[in-house]
Amino acid sequence: MATVTMAQALNTALRDALTADERVLVFGEDVGPLGGVFRITDGLTRDFGEQRCFDTPLAEAGIVGLAVGMAMGGFRPVVEMQFDAFAYPAFEQIASHVAKSRNRTRGRVSLPMVIRIPYAGGIGGVEHHCDSSEAYYAHTPGLKVVTPATVEDAYWLLRDAIDDPDPVVFLEPKKLYWSKQDTDFATRHAPPFGRAIVRREGSDATLVTYGPSVPVALEAAEVAARDGRGLEVVDLRTLVPFDDETVAASVRRTGRCVVIQEAQGFAGVGAEIAARVQERCFHSLAAPVLRVAGFDIPYPPPKLEHAHLPGVDRVLDAVDRLQFDDVPDVRHLIVGAA
Amino acid sequence: MSTISAKALRRSMQNFLPSLAPVRFVAEDGTPEKPPPGYRAPDDALLREAYRRMVLGRRFDTQASALTKQGRLAVYPSSRGQEACQIAAALVLREDDWLFPTYRDSVALVARGVDPVEVLTLLRGDWHCGYDPMAIRVAPQCTPLATQVVHAVGMAEAMRRKGEEGVAMALIGDGGTSEGDFHEALNFAAVFASPVVFFVQNNKYAISVPLARQSAAPTLAYKGVGYGVRSEQVDGNDPVAVLSVLTVAVEHARAGRGPFLVEAHTYRMDAHTNADDATRYRDAAEVERWRAADPLDRLETYLRARAVLTDDDIEADRSDAESLAADLRARMNIAHEGDPLELFDHVFAEPTPQLREQRALLAAEFTAQED
Repeated sequence: MATVTMAQALNTALRDALTADERVLVFGEDVGPLGGVFRITDGLTRDFGEQRCFDTPLAEAGIVGLAVGMAMGGFRPVVEMQFDAFAYPAFEQIASHVAKSRNRTRGRVSLPMVIRIPYAGGIGGVEHHCDSSEAYYAHTPGLKVVTPATVEDAYWLLRDAIDDPDPVVFLEPKKLYWSKQDTDFATRHAPPFGRAIVRREGSDATLVTYGPSVPVALEAAEVAARDGRGLEVVDLRTLVPFDDETVAASVRRTGRCVVIQEAQGFAGVGAEIAARVQERCFHSLAAPVLRVAGFDIPYPPPKLEHAHLPGVDRVLDAVDRLQFDDVPDVRHLIVGAA
Repeated sequence: MSTISAKALRRSMQNFLPSLAPVRFVAEDGTPEKPPPGYRAPDDALLREAYRRMVLGRRFDTQASALTKQGRLAVYPSSRGQEACQIAAALVLREDDWLFPTYRDSVALVARGVDPVEVLTLLRGDWHCGYDPMAIRVAPQCTPLATQVVHAVGMAEAMRRKGEEGVAMALIGDGGTSEGDFHEALNFAAVFASPVVFFVQNNKYAISVPLARQSAAPTLAYKGVGYGVRSEQVDGNDPVAVLSVLTVAVEHARAGRGPFLVEAHTYRMDAHTNADDATRYRDAAEVERWRAADPLDRLETYLRARAVLTDDDIEADRSDAESLAADLRARMNIAHEGDPLELFDHVFAEPTPQLREQRALLAAEFTAQED
């Protein structure tokens, strides 16, 4: 056992994958000698050689398109998009080719590749460095979408993603890069790819969340516990495939649900989760499913991001509206409100 | 850091610059011309074969256009007039090479050996490309412009890194060279010295927009120079020249000397697709002018003069072409709808639980309709 950061866990996962399978390649912008701007690929070029981990010209569509061709040619590319918003130039390649190649070829051309994207905020980043872009990918059929919340999951989900026969968009919550956990990667405790996990048990309400919002939910549950309220926290781990079973089982047990995401709320992943919970758990629900999300604004500047990011208070406010006192939630019924 | 000297720069530029005029072996009237140094005429046997393939290709193209009128194809983008490019692209590649075509390159695919019905599967309105890209080393015909050019670089890099001798060829049109992916592909290929050939068929129109509104480059071949890609321009309606230049390009790439860009000056004789009306944006006189530059007529005259092609040969080729068209008609006239439930099967290697649910839902809808 050692204390490991999420950044180190991701680096170890890449190392172990490079060692395990000679078809694995790592490339992108500054991932070579520099080791990536977040140092996730630190030392890989030195230890595995320029053939296995290398810098490319600065062009995201080119990087993803190159990976498509190399995957067709028998490699398993793991590419890095330096920041969430910098991945947008690659979106056409991702949506029109990465996601659709298997389907377009009736299963003959699979693209086992991983697109790693540091995403979301909370690190005081400037414009274009803090977008929560998961909904774009989750909305695109043919992509698997992963976002780890713990150090252990960062390792195992990245190993799973690299081994997966389908393309995976691997979203790394930047603010958790330096989170720590005492662990080693000799034995796997993480659930299989595609399964959610109950991070904390509770009987009064379920908080469904993922990635950067998992620690927020866990902290909220801790505070609520002091007030005698038991909140269950479900960490989705993979947005696609989505684990309806674990989520619905928890909500049926608790009868109440709050969905938490850092991304802006409108048409986001949280909206999908809320709809799925309502469809499956309506008769177990004692209150409407509520969402806690970022606001529908462009990501704010560093000094104002605290106002945008869903924190413990916003989560607990939502929990308080779950009609524990049997009083209907009238927030949406206020005269003049839409 | 030292900057490059003027002398070294000039020498370096010369490695990349195209000829001042398109490379040409045969004039429009079929008489031989003196090509620039460095290019050899293909041997007569290859030219004879190219002629046959061009005749077959044109017949295939005409038949495919006709099939749209009968509702057997959803859409067909014709390459009529571009047969020299289409056939040469297929003939210069080996079995272990890869082709990355666009939607307008059906004739090249047929020449590469893809079953004509499979070539037309996507255009028939099916959801998949029809053929097995891995088996015949032809990527699915690409609809989003220029995106496949980057894939070709990736495939070329894959082959190079595995120590294989294959070359990847990306086909693209004049309009496609305006897309960012084209430029990213050139840049990546030059930096990695990838064994890839970029073959631009400049047919003068991107749907309706003429070349002059597409690019202010001296010619599209010059787009390679800034990236350090060896570039050349060729008369795209001279099959002898296109074969010669593409052979040099492929040999250049195979020898490990990096990427090669070829621009062929040709002309799209038909509209963009059967759904387009070309009279809205170009004169009949212009089309008529290009009829005089027809690549089939040109090669026929040239080969007849060299006694490589006889009346009997021409008759035999036409007969083969009619057989191909008849076979295509017969096989395309079989009604085909496809199984809607299969739409769920290849989204992922294993359908997700949600896809399995949706598949069952659709199956239940059909069962209910049948009851």
